[in-house]
Amino acid sequence: MIKVRVNNLQKKFGSLEVLKDINLEVHEGEVVCLIGPSGSGKSTFLRCINKLENPSGGSIIVDDNEITDKKININKVRENVGMVFQQFNLFPNLTVQKNITMAPVELKKMGKDEADKKAIELLTRVGLADKKDSYPSQLSGGQQQRVAIVRALAMNPDLMLFDEPTSALDPEMVGEVLDVMKDLAKQKMTMIVVTHEMGFAREVADRVLFMDGGYIVEEGTPEQIFGNPKNPRTVSFLNKVL
Amino acid sequence: MIELLQEYWPLLIQAGLMTIKLTVITLPFAVILGLFACLCGLTKYFKFINTIYLNIIRGTPVLVQVYVVYFGIPSFIKDVFNVPFKFTAITAGVITLSLNAGAYLSEIFRGGIQAVNKGQMEAARSLGLPYHKAMTKVILPQAFRIVIPSIVNQFIITLKDTSIISVIGLTELTFQGKQIVATTYKAFAVWIIIGALYFIIIYLLTKLSKYIERRVSIDKGKSK
Repeated sequence: MIKVRVNNLQKKFGSLEVLKDINLEVHEGEVVCLIGPSGSGKSTFLRCINKLENPSGGSIIVDDNEITDKKININKVRENVGMVFQQFNLFPNLTVQKNITMAPVELKKMGKDEADKKAIELLTRVGLADKKDSYPSQLSGGQQQRVAIVRALAMNPDLMLFDEPTSALDPEMVGEVLDVMKDLAKQKMTMIVVTHEMGFAREVADRVLFMDGGYIVEEGTPEQIFGNPKNPRTVSFLNKVL
Repeated sequence: MIELLQEYWPLLIQAGLMTIKLTVITLPFAVILGLFACLCGLTKYFKFINTIYLNIIRGTPVLVQVYVVYFGIPSFIKDVFNVPFKFTAITAGVITLSLNAGAYLSEIFRGGIQAVNKGQMEAARSLGLPYHKAMTKVILPQAFRIVIPSIVNQFIITLKDTSIISVIGLTELTFQGKQIVATTYKAFAVWIIIGALYFIIIYLLTKLSKYIERRVSIDKGKSK
């Protein structure tokens, strides 16, 4: 089943054309990694999928919802699309547990008790159950990012978007976050990941997309992209980062 | 100075209480006005209300504003509707100071909302929260904590602005000071006393605000 379908997506900021013509289909359970130089439009593309950025042209269909259609209730779509940010963006005024339960309870997806139970269960899965009453500022970056992943998972999403989830982390904390993501991939979560972690992309991705200049320049399995890249721009990019 | 205090302390206390009363009644109105104006400013269609209000208040002195409210409006009503109309001095004072502080508070609130990291709104929206819920549950609680020092600052300014209301004959501290000087001719001692009284009230207010600030610090983890 196709989870996300993107046709001729364009995004302009004023006169700056960031996305020129993006086409993509993501199947259920698939892990897609987006790589490419900075400024190539990876993050913008990802943010279009849950409409944090408003596309300038083309269409995006998530679960049969044409989100570029003005009549679609985007909040309902977002309830099923989790997002993890580079800067974690945890709510500093709430405890870890409240960070996780706030949205499901406010949106009446779960009762308070059920949400609390779910939060503890998810926190246990990422090894942070003992931090439930801490505030975000008391956690390390890696711990904060794991909580942020849990916060997104608490809504029971069937698609997860990751926007460079390890780029703001100290090197020794990257592993713990990637492990949580690998675990998610194993459970067949559909994931779209913007990343600079080539090792992760190689190991976990079903498909790797190389973006440059507002286009998807090349796509293929990790073996194809990392082992035998065809496009000269992919080759030159990989030479620099590997 | 001691004799002055001995003789006039009941009047001074009364006047001090009037200053505090005027301030305390003004503050809630100012906060409501400020929030309303601020939220208008965030919308597309009602932004003009915010702009006009702010420009009028910022562009004119408090003294003129109080004259307009106390003398101007009643005279206008009398001319147009031919009915006698008059504000009491305290009503005119509260109206003027509320309008005045409200305008500045609305800018303070706007600044607070804008100071909350953009990522907070995005994170809240990405979870499916509608705009108003993201605002009330995530942004405003953080903005409120950010602006507490500025709000207190505005309260202090308002408290000091009450002295201007003395021009319409409200017996608050400054007015009382003028009265006492008129009967005793001891300008230096009287104005030092009046100044000291303002200072004490404001000092206590500042202490209170520091206490509140500590209680609601934004990064709760760090304050422990």
